[in-house]
Amino acid sequence: MTRMNDSASRLVTLSAARWRLSIIITAAMTLIYVGFILLVAFNKELLGTLLVPGLSLGILLGVLVIVAAWALIMVYVRWTNANYDVAVAEIHRAHKEGR
Amino acid sequence: MPQSGQPNLIAMSGFILFIALSLVITWFAARRTRSTRDFYAAGGSVTALQNGLALAGDYMSAASFLGIAGLVALSGFDGLIYSIGFLVGWPVVVCLIAEPLRNLGRFTFSDAVAFRLRQAPVRVASAAGSLAVIAFYLIAQMVGAGNLIRLLFGLDYEIAVAIVGAVMLAYVLFGGMIATTWVQIVKAVLLLSGAFMLAMMVLARFSFNPLALFSSAAAQYGPAVLAPGRLVSDPVDAISLGLALMFGTAGLPHILMRFYTVPDGRTARVSVAYATAIIGAFYLLTFILGFGAMVLVGQDAIRGVDAGGNMAAPLLAEVVGGQAFLGFIAAVAFATILAVVAGLTLAGAAALSHDIYVNVFRHGHATEKEQLLVARYATIVLALVSIGLGIVFKGQNVAYMVGLAFAIAASANFPALILSMFWKPFTTRGAQASILFGTAATLLLIYLSPTIQVDLLKHASAYFPYRNPGLFTIPLSFIIGIIVSLAAPEPAATAGFAKLEQQIHFGAPDDDAA
Repeated sequence: MTRMNDSASRLVTLSAARWRLSIIITAAMTLIYVGFILLVAFNKELLGTLLVPGLSLGILLGVLVIVAAWALIMVYVRWTNANYDVAVAEIHRAHKEGR
Repeated sequence: MPQSGQPNLIAMSGFILFIALSLVITWFAARRTRSTRDFYAAGGSVTALQNGLALAGDYMSAASFLGIAGLVALSGFDGLIYSIGFLVGWPVVVCLIAEPLRNLGRFTFSDAVAFRLRQAPVRVASAAGSLAVIAFYLIAQMVGAGNLIRLLFGLDYEIAVAIVGAVMLAYVLFGGMIATTWVQIVKAVLLLSGAFMLAMMVLARFSFNPLALFSSAAAQYGPAVLAPGRLVSDPVDAISLGLALMFGTAGLPHILMRFYTVPDGRTARVSVAYATAIIGAFYLLTFILGFGAMVLVGQDAIRGVDAGGNMAAPLLAEVVGGQAFLGFIAAVAFATILAVVAGLTLAGAAALSHDIYVNVFRHGHATEKEQLLVARYATIVLALVSIGLGIVFKGQNVAYMVGLAFAIAASANFPALILSMFWKPFTTRGAQASILFGTAATLLLIYLSPTIQVDLLKHASAYFPYRNPGLFTIPLSFIIGIIVSLAAPEPAATAGFAKLEQQIHFGAPDDDAA
């Protein structure tokens, strides 16, 4: 019985941690992208600034937004593969044995 | 000046080769499609890399290849807003949607929305939302295909659209999800390698320096092409489009359906990582293709062939690689369209058959044989509808049309999916209200927007000034779902939340056996 409660409370902690990471990553992506779009909408001159001939700030930031999306997904997938999956499998096993 | 409307033998052989190959795939798949689980979800046995490629294949539609290249070629930087917007939705999909969806449902995303709610009302609403998204998405693909065939074979636009409809019908009808998945994989590999070769041939003319290409675009068409402002002139419109693109991905029925083809939540998650890597790389290539077409083909020549700019990439292929390469790229583009249309049709058939027929009319009790039969009839209906719509909407830019499909997906499907999976007090009526409002309001605002009122109906002004309604409809759908739920609580739905949370983590009890 204690084992059941233990695994139930671990699940709550674990799902809270994953939920937090999901929210942080979603928020980070939204901020980065909406920030980019706000610059597109309100500061066209700034984005048109040429850093070197042929490369405007807008194009550079656009590439960086794509790179940021890659990086955020990598962070999430690595964390969940390494922590979440292992813990869920353990709880699952404990749950079955406890029955 | 590239020639157009001339029958092109190499292009024709390219087409026929791809179609033959994909029909062989379909034939093999048809022999393995016995159950509804095979038909809708490829038996749940697709690997992460396969599903990543298939997701990328489903996602990189005519809009990505033909549409974005055309927008960048004609309006410079602003076309890139689409490239970037189409990618930033994926972190949202992997963090919030992919695994819970896989663990909660079997065939359609309505399975997850309706999990703890009353089945019939929710499924009817969400099938309506799905079908609206699919219709707009199909229009874009059909317009792209029609233009492509007209450019290459000199065939009539209408005949071209009908041919696409017929071939796609064959894939889905006989091969179901197994064939569609393999067609997507073949197409994703073809598209990525085709775009890569094209980009390299463009860059070869600029000593492999993208900046030299961008400089030359700026020199020819003015430095404004490297800055925002030509396409999205209104700030509110820019934000609205951005939000629709970002949250729309997480509400696309044919993309969400792919998560049911993998064995578990982990595979679903990893497959998104593969898909995003492939899609992101492809969108970086669209920077090169778009500016390459602007410089090497020229804006006037592109506009001369199709007002929407959709033929920029094929014309670019002809300039850098001659007729043979044009044939190859056109075959790739055609394959792209066929594959996406097949994926969309399958999602539409699932909504009509699995959600409406089986769960509403038959209350979940229908034999496998009967379900497959209904799904196949639904496929035929959808093919006919999409051919009709493709003919009506001739001459629109395909990336823009897909932007509208994303706005419907983000307003109709995304809020209900999130609220149902993560917000305990959500109710059946809340889900119905949110989905139906999102669908209806988005469609209404599109109808009142300049696209329909000014471009299509030739009125002097539009009732609603913005071309993309996402900024208004997405938050409103959330708010309506929440208010309606709070106004009339549904104890059974709230009580079911614990089971839902459990299943989000562990999957369905019978999943181990399946």
